[in-house]
Amino acid sequence: MHHVVLERWSRGASFLHSRDARVKILVLLAYLVALATTPLTPAAGACYAALLGVAIVAARLPLAGLALRAAAVLPFAGTFALFSLLAGDGARAASLVAKSYLSAAAALALAGTTSMPKLVRALESLGVPRFLTLVIQFLYRYLFVISEQAQHMRLAALARGGGRLRFTHAAGAAATLFGRSYSRAEGIHGAMLARGFHGRMELLADARLGAADVLFLVAGVAAAVALRLMTGAAA
Amino acid sequence: MNARPLIEIRGLRYRYDDGTVALDGVDFQLFPGESVVLLGPNGSGKTTFAHHLNGLLRGEGFVSVCGLEVEQKNLAEIRRKVGLVFQDSDEQLFMPSVLEDVAFGPLNAGRTPEEATAIALAALDQTGMRYAAGRAPYHLSAGEKKRVAVAGVLAMKPEILVLDEPTTFLDPPAQRDLVKLLGGLGQSKILITHDAGLARALASRAVFFERGKIAAEGPVAEIVERFGWEAAPPAVTAAAQN
Amino acid sequence: MHIPDGFLSTPVWLALDATGLPAIALLARRARRELEEARTPLLGVMGAFVFAAQMINFPVAAGTSAHLVGGALLAIALGPAAATVVMTAILTVQAFVFQDGGILALGANVFNMAIAGVLAAWLPYRLWGRGAHRRAAIFAAGALSVMVSALLAVSELVASRVPVSRAALAFLLVVFGISAVVEGAITVAVVRAIERLSPRVIRQGGTEPSWVLALCGAGAVLLAGAGGLVASTNPDGLQWLGGQLDILGRITNVFTAPLADYRARWLGSPWAAKAAAGSAGALLVGLICVALGRAAARPRSA
Repeated sequence: MHHVVLERWSRGASFLHSRDARVKILVLLAYLVALATTPLTPAAGACYAALLGVAIVAARLPLAGLALRAAAVLPFAGTFALFSLLAGDGARAASLVAKSYLSAAAALALAGTTSMPKLVRALESLGVPRFLTLVIQFLYRYLFVISEQAQHMRLAALARGGGRLRFTHAAGAAATLFGRSYSRAEGIHGAMLARGFHGRMELLADARLGAADVLFLVAGVAAAVALRLMTGAAA
Repeated sequence: MNARPLIEIRGLRYRYDDGTVALDGVDFQLFPGESVVLLGPNGSGKTTFAHHLNGLLRGEGFVSVCGLEVEQKNLAEIRRKVGLVFQDSDEQLFMPSVLEDVAFGPLNAGRTPEEATAIALAALDQTGMRYAAGRAPYHLSAGEKKRVAVAGVLAMKPEILVLDEPTTFLDPPAQRDLVKLLGGLGQSKILITHDAGLARALASRAVFFERGKIAAEGPVAEIVERFGWEAAPPAVTAAAQN
Repeated sequence: MHIPDGFLSTPVWLALDATGLPAIALLARRARRELEEARTPLLGVMGAFVFAAQMINFPVAAGTSAHLVGGALLAIALGPAAATVVMTAILTVQAFVFQDGGILALGANVFNMAIAGVLAAWLPYRLWGRGAHRRAAIFAAGALSVMVSALLAVSELVASRVPVSRAALAFLLVVFGISAVVEGAITVAVVRAIERLSPRVIRQGGTEPSWVLALCGAGAVLLAGAGGLVASTNPDGLQWLGGQLDILGRITNVFTAPLADYRARWLGSPWAAKAAAGSAGALLVGLICVALGRAAARPRSA
């Protein structure tokens, strides 16, 4: 599954893997903003792709694998590219596909070099409210567990039904999964109380920014700005 | 035993929201250094009973832990003294990484992040799980998760360990490792299990629950024999093989 | 309908980030006061449930199947504030981990699905969820949450000058309509199944006091107008639609006419004007949400 692969990638080792998550998010945002505000010519597109490609290779991520996963965005982009082509706007069609693809690939580069817990903590440092980051943290923690449960239920039902689920059976499966998830949440709450939870989540400290992190931040943003300036006026 | 009991329970009654009686007048004592196993059919009240020991559930009757009555003002301290290891490790390990999870208890007890990290690492060392400190709980095996759960509880430096069916989902090697680990811990223990072998290995006294009451108490071997609480005793095994 | 990066024009995504994300921040802080951090595991687990439930295939017609989208179910089970937080969490994970929806576009997707979509689901349930029309209310909740989010997404694309011809628009509307009906049906089936299994979990629906009805009517008009505002920068597609749907056409004209004049006078650059128009629209809707949320939240607590 997709998120399992990303987990594996994020446990790798490289310059990018070791950088602070906050810095990586900011550099990603700079890249995305530069890309989004550029009127994309083929030359410009190639430059953005090249910069990203260098980062991916430096991060020791599988270039082909990443390129393939980024293609998940293509059905949606392709549909609207088609509308654009039919409306005679070929440049817009190319821009939609190129920009959405490169943006997805860039996001993958972040997810592939940053573990989710670190990513969520970084989001909180960057201003996302704690209540929301706690929900994200718990969502991700139980995403695999409950997905696996759903998978087992699906397989068990198929094994008995010999084909596809009937509508009411599917609703029953969803309801069962809901009920189990709900009691799991109650169990978690009990486990939290049992170890002294008193209303506020206490968390471990954040690591401090190192020189390499600051360097990467400056270089990354500068690269994005340079690329943006080279490729012309505002959209 | 002339020492004061660590746990003293008299006349404990508990009823679910829908009216079913889960515990119907239970008297119980746990003395320092003892390991007691709770046996009995599913639904007989063992887990419900265990959840009264740290105040997760509150019923009628007298419940006192380490000299403190289980009421609102004592809960924080009681929960530090009673370490409950839940049956479902996925419910117990709710933090994104192993280290954060084991540090949860100390952080809530008021330790600084640095102190909590040190305590957590020590507890992970004690359970042989230091190598997994940065990992996500999802990727651990059932046996590894159980040991992390025990570490999380040990990090609170409890006086009493309560383990709810700890060997469910564990394969035999993992079960053996857990028995070795638990056997080496100095805390007084309450163990809930269906596994007669585990009971014999870790407990000195058995208490048999039946429909919310304690039906009998005594040495482990005696209770197991009396209630036939063994899945494949020699006679059954012989019969099955013929 | 998750909008990827690279589709929305800068005024649009910037305006929606600038209004949608702070709105979520406000809401999350409010949720924390009402719900306490102790509820975050439940909300997280419910978010994970929605992800997982999307693997369950519901047979729809001759060989095709659909899956639960979940916004309406969340709104009905958890209430609007919690549902919005959960949806935002889901969208964030989808953007960062699954590249489903862009990161710069998060404000837009959050606005469409976590704010407007949840509100569109909760209102019918809150108004008619108790009593004779409960099933219809739940169906409406599912259908409207999908329809409203999809329509908002399209209007944002149109406002970004993404070419959407009349034919394309018609095609999209048909697709949205079908998805809406399917989601309505799935939501009804799942809610009823949950009630049989775990009766006390689903919140009670409400019955409408008349002032809420009046406020909803005003809200609906303003919502349509806000949509018109946002799309007013590229009126072709929507005016055709407006021509078909008379009401929308009349409202669009009411709003665009005075604003067209004001735009030129107040704000020199067209870029800033588009952004302001977009933000104003989003803000209007935001204010309605807050007002309705406050008003209707008083009778019961989380």
